[in-house]
Amino acid sequence: MLKKYFLTLGLFVIFSPSVLWGQEKFTAPEVAAKYQGYFFYPGKDFKVLVSMQLIEKGGQERIRELTMLRKNSPKGLEQKYFIYFHQPADVRGMSFMVYKYPKKDDDRWLFMPALNLVKRIAAKDKRSSFVGSDFTYEDVSGRDLEEDDFSILREEKISDFGSMGQAGDCYVLKSVPKDPKSADYSYRLSWIDKESFLPLKEEYYDLKGELYKIFSAEELKQIQGFWTVTKRRMQNVKTGHQTLVSFKDIQYNLGMEENLFTERYLKNPPSKWIK
Amino acid sequence: MNKKVIFSFFIFLFLFSISFSREIEWHGFVQTNYSFRTTGLVPPLAQGDFLLGDHRFQLKFSGSEKSEFGSFGEAKFFAKTDFFENALKKETGLEIREAYLDYPLKAFDFRIGRQIITWGLGDLLFINDLFPKDWQAFFSGRPMEYLKLGVDGLRISFSSDIFSTELALLPFFESDNYPTSENFFLFDPFLNVSFKQIQKPDSKFENVEEALRLYRTLSNFELSFYLYRGFYRTPSILPDSFPTPSKITYFFPELSVYGFTLQRDLLNGILSLEYGYYDSRQDRRGEDPLIPNSFSKFLIGYQRQGWTDFTYSGQYYGEYMKDYKNYQKSLPPGFPEQDKFRQVLTFRATQLLKYQTLKLSFFGFYSPTDKDYFFIPEVNYRITDNLWVALGGNLFGGEKRTTFLGQLDKNDNLYSILRYEF
Repeated sequence: MLKKYFLTLGLFVIFSPSVLWGQEKFTAPEVAAKYQGYFFYPGKDFKVLVSMQLIEKGGQERIRELTMLRKNSPKGLEQKYFIYFHQPADVRGMSFMVYKYPKKDDDRWLFMPALNLVKRIAAKDKRSSFVGSDFTYEDVSGRDLEEDDFSILREEKISDFGSMGQAGDCYVLKSVPKDPKSADYSYRLSWIDKESFLPLKEEYYDLKGELYKIFSAEELKQIQGFWTVTKRRMQNVKTGHQTLVSFKDIQYNLGMEENLFTERYLKNPPSKWIK
Repeated sequence: MNKKVIFSFFIFLFLFSISFSREIEWHGFVQTNYSFRTTGLVPPLAQGDFLLGDHRFQLKFSGSEKSEFGSFGEAKFFAKTDFFENALKKETGLEIREAYLDYPLKAFDFRIGRQIITWGLGDLLFINDLFPKDWQAFFSGRPMEYLKLGVDGLRISFSSDIFSTELALLPFFESDNYPTSENFFLFDPFLNVSFKQIQKPDSKFENVEEALRLYRTLSNFELSFYLYRGFYRTPSILPDSFPTPSKITYFFPELSVYGFTLQRDLLNGILSLEYGYYDSRQDRRGEDPLIPNSFSKFLIGYQRQGWTDFTYSGQYYGEYMKDYKNYQKSLPPGFPEQDKFRQVLTFRATQLLKYQTLKLSFFGFYSPTDKDYFFIPEVNYRITDNLWVALGGNLFGGEKRTTFLGQLDKNDNLYSILRYEF
């Protein structure tokens, strides 16, 4: 009952009129719900060309380039993802499909063109690295709101964000996993921009309470009215490894058909959608 | 004759494709692949310790053109050709791995040409996947994609919300590339027969192989049904006289298979079930010792993620022979007797390390009924985005030299693959 109420509240907050943002004071769960809505759910659907640079401590770089399609369920928090790999060569032509559910494990399928094989993949752990980067699956597609306790520690201006000509007025949101085993971090601090509700910076603290991972948004753009982090960086301060991500050719609300996310197109992705 | 027809067809396909395509994408790799026997023994008909010495240059071409039909309609062509050098035989050659045209028409997709098709849920155990395989490649440490061979034919797919289908029509029979005494230690009762011939099914209308898959998702279950009508892909042996033949003929008896698969999530993992009934059409009563009996084959598989970047899976596989009494009665004296119910267990574990650039994997087959095994440990490292190296082993063994894996005992080998992709 409580869960249902929470979900309804979450949806209400996400889709509530935006006129009053500046004046309103939000509770921590409300900020968290808005953050989730604006960061992981904007638009009905979304297409982007993602370039990732995976940089080792010694400077060696690896490249990942992929097209990502996302479609939100018209009803709840379910989402479907379609990912097509352009680079590097050993994964070129592979496609990856995820059905994401808020209350249970994702369904994931991988298509390997060399064998013409669709393989269902066990996906218990959302903390696995996404394509070998410093981002986990959870960092890419979000985490259930119900898994964390939220509190607002303070409100703060991010000073080094001024270069983008924005104020960078933020809520500092602390998220603590209810089940410590459900996450790699013992808690996470997120600097959430009061205007866009996007995270400008996040710090992940490990089980010893030491900082180990830092997310930073390095470029924000408003595209078709949706604020979007177009450049981001995830840095592992313990290993020195980091990942730089840039979004190109961003389009929202393309009217993606439901059947795009089926075996037919997993095996034979239409170039209209992947180029 | 057939080969020439097919080859001309591919040349035509290629030229046609180039002419209609706006832009061609091309990629490929250069690769060296070696494998040598660690047992220090050499099969009677083979030469030296090396099982494989392969230098290879692969080129892949693809292109597309918008078609006028269908919401995503677009015609595509794809060709994958390998230029190779067999360093053991000092031979070079060209192999067309795949070459096809794709054409979508509303809910239908047509693919014509040489193509790789993979069906079923088994992990290195095949029940409803009756498409040709290269077992020599698999047993001698070639990259996994070389386990599958392309088939020449037409595939028609139909997709809808209610159900989807794939129908493959294969007019040119292609056998498995099974291990032979020329390069493997095997149980070969006719090793000393020098006159051997292979009789493949002719390419005539009634020999066109048909494979049908019907599938849909039903609540959480992914459900597929399969029908196949064609031939065994590993041959049966026909001696001209027995027990001391002067000539033997390899032939491919008729086979039909009816099966299904079921897959769903279970306890944070994936459960797979597969069943197939092998209807041995030329020996339905199991009285012909030259032709395999009918079988029921099944497998149960479970796959799960143990911890971050670690997955493991296991399978239990069984094949149950029909008309076992007739099989026993007709088995020539001195021939090893197969079990009525052969069972195999498999285990796979994969750990990714160093931001998924280093992969440690293990695959093992073990048969509690045949008492034999086959283990494949492998280390794979992505040196850069374009360059990877793999080192691994194929280790066989068993109590008897006549069982499926036990006969391969003396073929233990270590392999290396180095590939630069572009």
